[in-house]
Amino acid sequence: MNKKSGNQTIAYADPPVLAAAATIAGPMEGEGLLNGQFDRVLEDNLAGQDTWEKSESYMLEWAVRTAVSRTGGTLDDIDCILAGDLLNQLMSAHFAARSLGRPFLGLYGACSTMAESMLLGAALIDGGFASRVAAAVSSHHDAAERQYRYPTELGVQRPPLAQWTVTGSGAVVLAREGQGPRLTVATIGKVVDAGLKDPNAMGPAMTPAAADTLWHHLQDTGRQPNYYDIILTGDLGQVGKTLLIQLMQEKGIDIAANYEDCGLMIYREDQDPHAGASGCASSALVMCGHAFPLLVTGRLKRVLLIGTGSLHSPTSYQQKESIPAIAHAVAIEA
Amino acid sequence: MSVSDGRQGQEEFQKWYQARYNQVKPKPPILKNVFWAFVVGGLICTLGQVIQTYFISLGLSQKEAAGPTSAVLIFLAALFTGLGVYDELGRKAGAGSIVPITGFANSIVAPAMEYKREGYVFGVGAKMFVIAGPVIVYGLVTAVLIGLAYWSFR
Repeated sequence: MNKKSGNQTIAYADPPVLAAAATIAGPMEGEGLLNGQFDRVLEDNLAGQDTWEKSESYMLEWAVRTAVSRTGGTLDDIDCILAGDLLNQLMSAHFAARSLGRPFLGLYGACSTMAESMLLGAALIDGGFASRVAAAVSSHHDAAERQYRYPTELGVQRPPLAQWTVTGSGAVVLAREGQGPRLTVATIGKVVDAGLKDPNAMGPAMTPAAADTLWHHLQDTGRQPNYYDIILTGDLGQVGKTLLIQLMQEKGIDIAANYEDCGLMIYREDQDPHAGASGCASSALVMCGHAFPLLVTGRLKRVLLIGTGSLHSPTSYQQKESIPAIAHAVAIEA
Repeated sequence: MSVSDGRQGQEEFQKWYQARYNQVKPKPPILKNVFWAFVVGGLICTLGQVIQTYFISLGLSQKEAAGPTSAVLIFLAALFTGLGVYDELGRKAGAGSIVPITGFANSIVAPAMEYKREGYVFGVGAKMFVIAGPVIVYGLVTAVLIGLAYWSFR
């Protein structure tokens, strides 16, 4: 049976269930707009570890273990863990997987990895290759700063376009059987390059990729934006959000009524995040901590999550390359 | 014939998109930034003057007082970087806290702290000048060039 629908979309024949989810967040995220919606909030960004990287790895491991325990099963029931983060060589995911001791596939899609891991996990299940899969991501503000930008204690002024990398991790367990919202359709994105070179302008650089994936998703499925209760992008930020609404308008599609960006749902204005949140955990915290409970209780029926990833590296921007970006979409229906 | 760089037919889109982006791109609040840079930079210089005046009152000449004054400012900047305060100041003051000698101290202490976890040789030792290094290199090059110019026109 062909599960491909249109050009870039997968329509799962037997849509996997989102059996459980878990989130863990840093202190700043805990005080933000989603206050009270995370399973655990850390007292500081180190979480009792020696380094930012270990702290991030700890969060990822905690999120996976907690999500798995909520299914009523154990780690042994998980056929495969799909996870990723922002650090070089996927340090956080790999070190967490070392402790988790289950079959593991590491993914890098920058901040789009939550959607990517869910998309692939659902494909493994619907293809009959697994019955339970954990999909998880993490990001850490300080670990990302030191790798992509400057040492954390350096006194630099951030431009208004800059976004704040989220400290946190989210995990979801996908299962062949059970109760809960289901991952029905997914659209695999293309790498799109808008030609922007400013590494502070990641949101605007990712927007054309998000527009491309959303456009193809709607084409491939024959759906209208109002099919969804809410369309969420991962971390386009304030400027990216404005641009995405404009780009879709150019194509004759109005998404303004039911579109929001996860990057604008995490921090309060007075926390001074500038253009919004970013990082793998931006979409993960909103998806696993906010949207998932609403889907379970039926307050949301249909959610389209478009994970957006900026695929540059410190090397690529120092070599004056523009920023390629990607976006993957997953539709979750209660 | 080269392998396609994947951008054919995209140039027009990129141009159009960048124009659109430039319309909505937020401008930095220049007046506010300049104001805070002026105030904080001015206060740091005033503090420097107070320290220098104190050393002169102890009997040092103006020239002799310059060294200990810089040392005290560098110490204070390093201390406040270590306490996690200087980056908060820099976020608000921008150039006001980067340009004075205290900013230079911060640019060395911050990476030294950050990379301590990679050890004293490849961490602190190798990465300490990752920000300040270019300033030192091009500062020295400029000094040599100006020295040569001074020598040839003397």
